[in-house]
Amino acid sequence: MQGRPQATSHPPERSLPPKLEVNLHVNGVEHRVFLRPWTTLLDALRENLDLTGTKKGCDHGQCGACTVLINGRRVLSCLTLAVMKDGAKITTIEGLAQNGELHQLQTAFIAHDGFQCGYCTPGQICSAVGLIAEGRAKTSDEIRELMSGNICRCGCYPNILAAIEAVMQGAQT
Amino acid sequence: MSVGTNSIGKPVSRIDGPAKVTGRAKYAAEFSAPGLAYGVVVSSVVAKGRIISIDRSAALAVPGVIEVFAHDNRPSLPSSHEKYTDQVAAPGSPFRPLYDGEILFSGQPVALVVAEELEIARFAASLVDIRYETEEAVTDLDTQIDQAFEPPEKRAPDWDPPARGDVDSALSRSPTRIRTEYRTPVEHHNPMETFGSTAVWNDGRLTVYDKTQGAPNCQEYLCSVFGLAKDKVRVLSPYVGGAFGAGLRPNYQLFMAALAAIGLKRSVRVTLTRQQMFTLGYRPQTLQTLTLGAENDGRLVAVKHDAIANTSRFEDYQEPTVVWSGALYSCDHSTVTSRLARLDLFTPCDMRAPGGAVGMYALESAMDELSYAVGVDPLELRLKNYSERDQNKNRPISSKALKDCYLQGAERFGWSKRRPEPRSMREGRELIGYGMATGIWSAFFVPTSARAILAPDGTLEIACATADIGTGTYTILAQIGAEMLGLPLDKVIVKIGDSDLPSAPVEGGSWTAASAGSAVVEACKGIRKELLKHASAINSSPLQGVDVADVTIVDGQIRMTSDPSRAMPLSEVVMGLKEPIRSEVSAAPDERALEEYSHYAHSAVFAEVRLDEELGMLRVARVVSAVAAGRILNPKTARSQILGAVVGGIGMALHEETVIDHRYGRFMNHNLAEYHVPVHADVHAIDVIFVDEQEHRLNPLGVKGVGEIGIVGTAAAIANAVFHATGVRVRDLPITIDKLLELRQPTSNHAA
Repeated sequence: MQGRPQATSHPPERSLPPKLEVNLHVNGVEHRVFLRPWTTLLDALRENLDLTGTKKGCDHGQCGACTVLINGRRVLSCLTLAVMKDGAKITTIEGLAQNGELHQLQTAFIAHDGFQCGYCTPGQICSAVGLIAEGRAKTSDEIRELMSGNICRCGCYPNILAAIEAVMQGAQT
Repeated sequence: MSVGTNSIGKPVSRIDGPAKVTGRAKYAAEFSAPGLAYGVVVSSVVAKGRIISIDRSAALAVPGVIEVFAHDNRPSLPSSHEKYTDQVAAPGSPFRPLYDGEILFSGQPVALVVAEELEIARFAASLVDIRYETEEAVTDLDTQIDQAFEPPEKRAPDWDPPARGDVDSALSRSPTRIRTEYRTPVEHHNPMETFGSTAVWNDGRLTVYDKTQGAPNCQEYLCSVFGLAKDKVRVLSPYVGGAFGAGLRPNYQLFMAALAAIGLKRSVRVTLTRQQMFTLGYRPQTLQTLTLGAENDGRLVAVKHDAIANTSRFEDYQEPTVVWSGALYSCDHSTVTSRLARLDLFTPCDMRAPGGAVGMYALESAMDELSYAVGVDPLELRLKNYSERDQNKNRPISSKALKDCYLQGAERFGWSKRRPEPRSMREGRELIGYGMATGIWSAFFVPTSARAILAPDGTLEIACATADIGTGTYTILAQIGAEMLGLPLDKVIVKIGDSDLPSAPVEGGSWTAASAGSAVVEACKGIRKELLKHASAINSSPLQGVDVADVTIVDGQIRMTSDPSRAMPLSEVVMGLKEPIRSEVSAAPDERALEEYSHYAHSAVFAEVRLDEELGMLRVARVVSAVAAGRILNPKTARSQILGAVVGGIGMALHEETVIDHRYGRFMNHNLAEYHVPVHADVHAIDVIFVDEQEHRLNPLGVKGVGEIGIVGTAAAIANAVFHATGVRVRDLPITIDKLLELRQPTSNHAA
């Protein structure tokens, strides 16, 4: 992944950082893209790969809308530079359904009305997938605490909690 | 209308659910176009003054930068403020972005950098060197109380009801009198999606995907500002990532995207940052004074409510803040006044239950204070002052099941377990408080058009320009269509959020279910008429000679209501169609019903708070919100609207405040880490009750709308619960930990 500054007549401080080759492994598909190092994973997904399911709510790691799964762990893609994730296994909301069948959290979010405007929803669902995989949350209060990085301004929290609990209880039985 | 109730009233899941949980639902900034360029807005760092120079050379020197638009090089724009108005504009002179170098508020958009890549535009925006001549900005409402004025032109005359009786002499006669002052801060809507517009340029035609609550409003705005014919501009908002009022008026990113697309003759997308979301409209700050006079048993004699709210220098934005205090309770003497004070800020804009949320916080807090003054239970006090009539207009209320809200809410909450004295309920380290409040919000029906097309394959397409901002509009319109024509829900396609569709007002005011819903009812009635015509024309049809008013379509059958044996399968009629049946109508309210009756939705809100006295940690353990809002089209999505509004009320009570640094005239906490909104951990049990309420006059559906009623009263119920828990009355929202720490010496009330 070596890049060279572009030959340019502009003053050096105004030249652009060069584009680097990055292999992004997203939802089981390999994408070879050329990105400048200042491009976040969030913008790479949305602007370069047309995977707009991952949302930008604040771009500062304060709202959770951009949550994706990287090697199974929930990560804020707005605070992650795309070049850092060369070769990592990335799952976005578009990759949760398998063979046309919704992930059980997706189904539960619909059944429990875990969203209104839907903008925080991909982040909530990806975060909930990560939460369940972490296995730390056992009680309602623990789920609330560990989902608190995902803001829902429509205020669907009780329904999101119900959806997550339904899936967790289903997984136990 | 004959209703078979096979769809309306069912708790069906959102029909847009699959698109939203899979990421397929596309929001404004997610549409693309060949050669799309990216625009980033440069915001003024001063609050008042003028631009004296713009040096864009460093920005233009960055490879990939296409243009830096500012007032000194922009394409021609109209000078008349009138050209920048819109359907929701407050009286005054609407803001003209990039018109001249005058700075009216901090964060004002002063330039737009357009580049080939988003990051390039963002970087170059940081290089635009703008010099200002600054003047002192006034942003402290407390310093402007003497300047407060009644706006000469009102947004709505109803919001300033005339005084009745003689409030001052009634007050002086009242055995019990309380006079209290309440403060509410600036709040920002902060929908999760930041505002964005993708302006697609196609050979002189502009198609804009915009985050808006009113695609037609934005289309008209663009046509007016840029002098374009209506057929050259189309605005779409298929999905809107929350708005809460912030998307009622065209926001400046729409202007910017259109300006750049027209200027460059190419497609441009402009999105705002979260920081820039704090440069848009907001809930204004209020200073309110409530004076209540009552008999010793708690019956109200006099109500006086004065509110001062801030507006900008250029528009008189006013809210219905005090109108409720005059309307709600039985009381012979009332004077309510609402004034404005100008600050060097952007114009406020409607935020979920504008006026109602803050005005009812004050009234219902004062009622709580009165309950202690007269020693009457807060719920009993409301019942004692219950009014079947609109006290402001002295006319009947079309339907009012508020009493049921009080009783059912109290029962569900367990209000009878409340001990009357403050600080009397405790569990371990926690003080427990119970509080309650009333909610009220206007029920509207605004003229709206809709189209219905029934195809020979049995699918029904419903079309209306309105929006779904998370409200469930897609779903309820599908339910209404399915109900009217006896179809399964999955046979109904709903098209909304498009200025090319039959016109609708902005999606707001809790009027969309009633208004767009009624338009769909009327459009489907046209289809039924045609269907019956076709059915009657079929040889030996059992429906020959039947009047359309006597027809029901249910369970796949079209039949005579008064004689169900005269029926035939709907599918037979539909399949016989040679071409689709089309019906487009405008629905409007019965003016007489609006004149003779008042129309309100009501609620009773009960809250339990728990306070860890040692840490000052406060949480809202439970809320019961009992709502009377006429017919509920979909209990699942309606419940979610109330849940969300209650969460908004929790935020209002305990978290939300945009803080101004008056030295710079600037909002300081302009991000989601410092502007606190409720998160998962802040929200516990919320119980929603819809009480039965039959509404027959407002609209054919009997619907009142539930988008806003859930926030009205919630902050007061929580604040009242805090007093009950602690014995300390905090009269300025939000009730934060610093104010609560004074509880260690609970000797006096917090605020004057």
